[in-house]
Amino acid sequence: MSSSKRTATQTQRTAAQSTELLQELVAHLRQNRTQLREEWANRIAEAQLLTAMTKEELFAEATSVYDNYVEALATGTFEALQTYARDLSERIIPRGVETHEVVGIVLLLRDVLARSLFAKYQGDFTMLNRILDAYEPAANRIANTVAVGFVQERERVIRQQQEAIRELSTPVLQVRERLLILPIIGVIDAQRARQLTEQLLRGIRTNRAKVVVIDITGVAAMDATVANHLVQTVEASRLLGATVIVTGLSPEIAQTIVTIGVDLGKMNTVGDLQGGIEQAERLLGYKVIPVAEIVSS
Amino acid sequence: MEVPILKQGRFLIATIQAALSDADLLQLRRALIDKVIHFRSQGVIVDVTALDVMDSFATRTLRDITNVIRLRGADTVIVGIQPEVAFAMVQLGLTMEGVATALDLEEGLAHLQQRTARKT
Repeated sequence: MSSSKRTATQTQRTAAQSTELLQELVAHLRQNRTQLREEWANRIAEAQLLTAMTKEELFAEATSVYDNYVEALATGTFEALQTYARDLSERIIPRGVETHEVVGIVLLLRDVLARSLFAKYQGDFTMLNRILDAYEPAANRIANTVAVGFVQERERVIRQQQEAIRELSTPVLQVRERLLILPIIGVIDAQRARQLTEQLLRGIRTNRAKVVVIDITGVAAMDATVANHLVQTVEASRLLGATVIVTGLSPEIAQTIVTIGVDLGKMNTVGDLQGGIEQAERLLGYKVIPVAEIVSS
Repeated sequence: MEVPILKQGRFLIATIQAALSDADLLQLRRALIDKVIHFRSQGVIVDVTALDVMDSFATRTLRDITNVIRLRGADTVIVGIQPEVAFAMVQLGLTMEGVATALDLEEGLAHLQQRTARKT
């Protein structure tokens, strides 16, 4: 009981000591702000990091990172730094800054500051040790926070873009009454195939479509899974009473399908989109006649 | 739950109004075949708009109905399969091959009219 109490007070004392040390450290960093900041900026330029930014921008950004860094050391709270890291990431991600650059500059700052501590306390080894004991965990946490903030922001951007691409990529278009066109461009994976089918089925219902032309000119490659997705889409459409015509199979895709042995027998295929629309018009009972022909007859 | 079967000219219309048990489905099959024979109907429409599930038994029974009625020289059309139902069926491999389908009752009637017009 008494021993545990003692350890508790001891821990408290060490904690108090380390805060004290940190304050001393912060005072030192604030004092030498200009010099350390410049040295850091030079090291960044030397290491060829953040080359997407101009020198002035880099310096301005370095200043605010420096201040936020010292602030986090002083208060021991990381929320402000976290917000700042997110803001920073939001600004620099569109400019093509990579993860290794962000981690690199934060680690450089850590090294620059550690060096300045070595220089300051080189006479007093025990003091240096104690200062580093206080400094290192805090510095590591800061580096961690910034890196994680950057990666999270990047992931958020990627997710957003994926969403946007998905939304853009599957238009269901009506070209004539009861005739829909579904041009597919890009790679079809399981999720996209599902979304595609759902959208098409909904389109068939709302437009009361009788014929659908699926154009896959824009699909670069096809494997067994994709082909099966396509077959499923066709069958589901048929259950709603719509006929599907698939157009735009490239020679390579046609060959792959034959090699894989997917049964496309149930599918109506036509060479190109024009042929597909013509056949769809035939099925719907349309006939396209040039105006001149009508006038002459 | 019995499925009402209405006579509409040369055609019969069976509208399923709620989820059916297997016994109900078999009963529907019996009743439809009897009525096709009785009224000498040329076409049958089964409206499944109200169903939000189609299991393998339902699918098979509907296919059986189509085949039996075809032997009587009449056509069957299944109408009103919901998009979600269609998607689920395809995923389960229930594609109802050889069974005519149409979007809704109107489409189904148009389809049957076309088919019977071609025959006469």
